[in-house]
Amino acid sequence: MPDQSLLDVAAAADGLDADFWSLRFVEETCESFSVQRNVQQPWAVSTDRGVMASVYAGGGYGYAATADMSPQGLRNALQRAQAWALGTARLALIDSRTLPRPAPRGRYVSPSFDRPLPSHSDWYEMLQRESLQAACDPRIVDWEALVDVLKATHRLITSEGGDVVQWHRYLYPSISVTAHADGVTQQRSLNGQRGMCQQGGVEILDRVGFAGSGRRVAEEALELLLAPNCPSGRMDVLLAPDQMVLQIHESIGHPLELDRILGDERNFAGTSFVTPDMFGTYRYGSEHLNITFDPTRPEELASYAFDDDGTAAERTFLIRDGILERPLGGAISQSRAGLPGVANARAASWNRPPIDRMANLNLEPGDATFDALVAGIERGVLLETNASWSIDDSRNKFQFGCERGRVIENGRLGHVVKNPNYRGISAEFWRSLARVGNAETVRVLGTPYCGKGEPSQTIRVGHTSPACVFTNVDVFGGEA
Amino acid sequence: MSAAGEARAPDVESYFNDLARAVDNALVAGERHATWFSAEDSDFVRMNRGKVRQPGTVSQRFIDIRLIRGARHASHSLSLSGDLHSDSRAIGAAVAGLRDVLPQLADDPHLLLPTTVASSRTTRGATLPPTEAIVARMLDAAAGLDLVGLAAAGPVYRGFANSDGQRNWHVVTTFNLQWSLYHRADKAVKASYSDVAWSDAALDERMRASIEQFRLISAPPKALRPGKYRAYLAPAAMQEIVELLAWGGFSARGLETQQSALSRMRVDARLDPRVQIVEDYAAGVAPPFQAEGFARPGSVPLVVDGRLSGALVSPRTAREFALEANGANGAESPEALSIGGGTVATHDALATLDTGLAVGNLWYLNYSDRPACRMTGMTRFATFWVEGGKVVAPVDVLRFDDTLFRMLGDNLEALTTERELLLSSSTYGSRMLTSATLPGALMSELNFTL
Repeated sequence: MPDQSLLDVAAAADGLDADFWSLRFVEETCESFSVQRNVQQPWAVSTDRGVMASVYAGGGYGYAATADMSPQGLRNALQRAQAWALGTARLALIDSRTLPRPAPRGRYVSPSFDRPLPSHSDWYEMLQRESLQAACDPRIVDWEALVDVLKATHRLITSEGGDVVQWHRYLYPSISVTAHADGVTQQRSLNGQRGMCQQGGVEILDRVGFAGSGRRVAEEALELLLAPNCPSGRMDVLLAPDQMVLQIHESIGHPLELDRILGDERNFAGTSFVTPDMFGTYRYGSEHLNITFDPTRPEELASYAFDDDGTAAERTFLIRDGILERPLGGAISQSRAGLPGVANARAASWNRPPIDRMANLNLEPGDATFDALVAGIERGVLLETNASWSIDDSRNKFQFGCERGRVIENGRLGHVVKNPNYRGISAEFWRSLARVGNAETVRVLGTPYCGKGEPSQTIRVGHTSPACVFTNVDVFGGEA
Repeated sequence: MSAAGEARAPDVESYFNDLARAVDNALVAGERHATWFSAEDSDFVRMNRGKVRQPGTVSQRFIDIRLIRGARHASHSLSLSGDLHSDSRAIGAAVAGLRDVLPQLADDPHLLLPTTVASSRTTRGATLPPTEAIVARMLDAAAGLDLVGLAAAGPVYRGFANSDGQRNWHVVTTFNLQWSLYHRADKAVKASYSDVAWSDAALDERMRASIEQFRLISAPPKALRPGKYRAYLAPAAMQEIVELLAWGGFSARGLETQQSALSRMRVDARLDPRVQIVEDYAAGVAPPFQAEGFARPGSVPLVVDGRLSGALVSPRTAREFALEANGANGAESPEALSIGGGTVATHDALATLDTGLAVGNLWYLNYSDRPACRMTGMTRFATFWVEGGKVVAPVDVLRFDDTLFRMLGDNLEALTTERELLLSSSTYGSRMLTSATLPGALMSELNFTL
């Protein structure tokens, strides 16, 4: 880890017959505080430490992961990785002799990394307050207030002299409520399942308005119980940021992952409707669409200085004025595809190898106020907070559902509707982006649960988005 | 490369017992513990375009120690190095840390622990061939084809220990090969071979069958308009539906709080009377104990003659809602779900379908109206248009959106006699010891929307 002796590392690598090797150490702790139905849930903490050894040898590549970080443990892991590289070199998809051999050096620290956190009893007291406020009506049948507090340290040491250490701290505050009456059940949450997740300390709670949100979320769940079904038909939709993040994630983020485009994911997460020849010319969306890979926003969930292959991270446009410019591909994928990319080779932990992932993928704000967005809609619906997501393996045909809707008629927000869903095709949908909210409508959100890869990995991604209007969308409600 | 973990199982069991003693020794008067152990020695070889993309080995051991004093408790999960001396030190520090925290916590009214000691020991699986040889055999058999997939192999360990002296040990050495053969773009067939005992002939036969199906997928595709079509869902497609239902559907807590997608089955919703669903622990690869140390029954009936008859009840839910715990895990998700077979032989399924869609796999299911158990998802891989019982053409991907109560209720025509045991291929964080035993299903109509 940060105090791992470079002498031990050098001794462990002594005698390897490798073109390149790296050791990637990860230590992560997670504390979970939760109050469910006003009952303190048992406190849980996890401590996970280990190292991933990677070796290029004889044209092949191999990895070995272990939690044994003794000098002998490191040596065993490097040798096992080397054995994989040599043993599979004749079958290898990529000649590892052609790959970059990074030598990064640097540091990264989350905001408020060392700022003190509340005591256990203070956390529980705060959560109990929200829980008690959420239990405001007998129709509230289940409710939970929780916060996960995580610290992670990543260190990458490479045979070329690279040595990077990055310290992160994350908070995931969450509130969810279920209301039920007369055969109807509705759920409401604070920006979805762990949708409110940022880097930093307790200032996050103030920033997201956590205090008092238990009551607000519960009242909105009760309102949904009495609401009519979402209307059906083609209409405009105004997507709130906590639905936009899912829309960006599923129908821009995943299809732009270069390893999907190169076919690595076709047996599991899927392929992409995007092909290599589209970069530089393809109109992905309307001229209002600007998408950046931005690891520099300090509070956003996936900000960092280097990816897990050691590539320095910087803000980069992927889509500018609607035109597709570059994919989400790390150094190895860039080398394979002959395309430019970004620093997004990331691993879920020490026990999984880096692959192309989203990190912070953001939609840049426009200039319309929220009121102006609403005022521009003759017939439509405002959709808030993702509840359901499904998209085909090429990331094209999608259907998404939200927790809450509000009809918009003649430029005015109207009554609340339940079970709102909409569907479309990625390649067409983004071209119907008609208006983009200004910076005041922007929210910094994300998810800790982006899944992908074989073996599979769940990783943190950040998404920052304003509210946006799309025209002529196929909208529908729940079962009649 | 040797098969991952070969000849390690006895060593790991002995190591686990030493760890359990270390936890025992870390306690002081008035304290109890309940300790869960989860580990694996896995080879993972990822393939793309008929070549090896990422080969590697993962050795991991985790222990989750719950320290209990009266009705207060807290837990610490930690990764272990495998070195008993340093791991015992880490365990001592973890227990001391939990001891410091307990006074800040409230009594837990939902704590439920076993009242009897029920130790057990199970081992399954035999020595596997070297993973490198397995992969070479796969790639040779598919030479010239665009194969993409994953080979995962090696032992997976689970253990439980508590301060009453209970010891449970479960090790299963499994392999799970998943591969797709791509024709172009999204046109592909998918196949798998997973078991606890290796057979070259079985791999060869499955590879031969997938190559045969690949030839069908190579024909020009048919684009279908949205609408209602007769459909046959193969067991692998049924597995996707079952996995969505596993997300709280059979959870006792989900049912008690109206969050289960099957909640309406407690009121008036029914499946077809021929549908029988059982959590059949005895038939799967899951351990016969759960993380709090409760022994599992051989089976738990969930749907009998189309009616909801039971639920998966964890110890916490049992205490919270005054129910009887029945061996469920904390999430109350099934680990060995089984749907009973029907009357149509699998080889007669297409003839019985006559004209409609033969769906090999479904993909990315989610609820479009959870209380109505209405779900949406995509067709994927081998999905064909069938006329007169014969495959006519592969079909471009379609989105379905329909309720379970129609799919396995009013619109269910038949289930296949034969069922497939499908070991989970999930590898999020670790290799899962879950499975499903499922028939194929014929439906008079399935609603496709996009």
